[in-house]
Amino acid sequence: MTTTWEKNWEKIVGFLFILPSLIAISVFVYGFIGWTSWVSVSNWTRGAAPNYTYGGFDAYARLMGVGERYAAGIDARRFSSSLRNVIGFTLLFLVSCILIGFFLAALLDRHIVGEGFFRSLFLFPMAISFIVTGLAWRWLFTPGDPNLGTVGVNRIFENLGLGFIRPNWASDVVYHIPANSGLGELLNGVGLGWLASPSFGLSLGVITLTIAAMWQLSGYTMALYLAGLRGISDDLREAARVDGASEWQIYRYIIIPLLKPVTLSVVVILAHISLKIYDLVVAMGGVGQGFVKDVPAYNMWETTFEQARFSAGAAIGVILLILISLLIVPYLTISMRQQEER
Amino acid sequence: MATQTAPPPKPRSPFRWTRWLIYAILLASTAFYLLPVYLILLTSFKQYTDIDLYRMWQPPPLFNLPDCTNAFIFCFDSFYEAWFGSPAVIGMGQAFINSVITTVPSTVISTLLGSLNGYILSKWKFKYADVVFPLVLFGMFIPYQSILIPLTLTLRAMGLYASLAGLNFVHIVYSIPIAALIFRNYYATIPNEMVEAARIDGGNIFSIYRHIILPLSPPAIVVVLIWQFTNIWNDFIFAVTIAQNQNQPMTVALNNIAGSFTVQWNVQMAAAFLTALPTLLVYIVLGRYFLRGLLAGSLKG
Repeated sequence: MTTTWEKNWEKIVGFLFILPSLIAISVFVYGFIGWTSWVSVSNWTRGAAPNYTYGGFDAYARLMGVGERYAAGIDARRFSSSLRNVIGFTLLFLVSCILIGFFLAALLDRHIVGEGFFRSLFLFPMAISFIVTGLAWRWLFTPGDPNLGTVGVNRIFENLGLGFIRPNWASDVVYHIPANSGLGELLNGVGLGWLASPSFGLSLGVITLTIAAMWQLSGYTMALYLAGLRGISDDLREAARVDGASEWQIYRYIIIPLLKPVTLSVVVILAHISLKIYDLVVAMGGVGQGFVKDVPAYNMWETTFEQARFSAGAAIGVILLILISLLIVPYLTISMRQQEER
Repeated sequence: MATQTAPPPKPRSPFRWTRWLIYAILLASTAFYLLPVYLILLTSFKQYTDIDLYRMWQPPPLFNLPDCTNAFIFCFDSFYEAWFGSPAVIGMGQAFINSVITTVPSTVISTLLGSLNGYILSKWKFKYADVVFPLVLFGMFIPYQSILIPLTLTLRAMGLYASLAGLNFVHIVYSIPIAALIFRNYYATIPNEMVEAARIDGGNIFSIYRHIILPLSPPAIVVVLIWQFTNIWNDFIFAVTIAQNQNQPMTVALNNIAGSFTVQWNVQMAAAFLTALPTLLVYIVLGRYFLRGLLAGSLKG
């Protein structure tokens, strides 16, 4: 038998092996987050030379449009537009990936000939860079000149007899509930009038981002759901069928509730990708007229590395981190607790 | 009901209309997933004189290639231009070498490190290991925008800014969490009794790793290698911030070609095809493991 002393000695050796990684993470993740936070409240407003003296929360005030001086400023307009876009993008992206991913998984789960082929085919976009994906979809959504004919996906709609679908994908219009419409007045009546404003609108640019991202990751969602479906025993479904449950009821009352943990993972993984989306926006032609396609991650990079406004860029980075932490911290806490219980 | 006494319906009866509907939907989805690939291939084999927005869905002309300098059935001029670039942007040839130098060492080192970390975190838990682990994991979810400013300053101070070694370093550091996660979850499936038995036989922390853990590791190693390879190859944010000019990997070079050859989108598409090819090949050859790697990324192991 080994003695306690030996066991402790080995634990110390083990700890020494993992120590460099722990130090790297504490410096490059936590230390750097602290450093960025300090930059965001420092006097390092412009230029490449750092100035670490405390300067207050001016950068945040500008972004949030606090006070009369900043309310109408371009920083506030751009930032609120980028927040609106990334939240709209995330919601649309999550819903479309979950619906399509689950639907395809449910189809593939029904003893399909060529299942392996379809599965690989739906999944392959996952292996491709967002830059490639974005570039291809950018050309598919090229507006073209309507007088010379239809282009890209609009041409496909036309050939399918759906020629009435020909949006100008590059338009800078932000669609929202009109304040003077019936719905707008109804919302106003219950104190939700602010919902009927461009601040809660959606541009076609955001839709193009959503479709490209969905093309890339709906197959991945499908794979996660398919693995989940394979984990549900056939006996359970057979038993429900014998009891006279319809296929719809089996999905509604047995399968979907059993797949809840998969859905939770899907939501967390997809949302953390979409909240920090950056490269896709770059490849699809940037923020667009009036920032209709801007997102915080893009805003931060441009503000910091092109305009050399470091405190402002750092502040956007910190806000983006907080946004993602609201999602990740509860998730990590819950999954760690579950692991301890097991 | 009469059907209840009958044997359950055969799952493969191809004559029910719902089966046809399912296949119709699957084929329509196939068309959707292949659409961008089709456009990339179609356009990259065209010459500059053949690219026209209003004829973008027409296939490239075959055999009849009077103005094409690099032809064999198809015209390869777009690939030629993409590969060699222009005075303004580096070509995909140089970028390919940069991507290999960035990706291969980072992938191998982070896999080795991940295996070691996963081993300690699952079999040699130190005090507070279960508190430290989620704190490490948090590192894989952070938006890199929240650390980019200190990172560029630190890399400059270390003399690693604008170098491929700097990119290697960054990729290794920020892949510690995901590599540790996959290995830890995998090693958790190896019974602790095996480790205990080896200890009774006089094994120590090194010999147990060498003779028990490592021989059982190949499935997890393959998963992490593929996962890391695709992620690092496809990285853009670190590359665009850290690499400069001649150092740029393929994703950044592709973006620059898209900005530089704005009208010649046949060249853009050829460059896009070249960028996607390595990870696609890995996916085609090792797809099964790739899928496992994706599932491991869901925290459930």
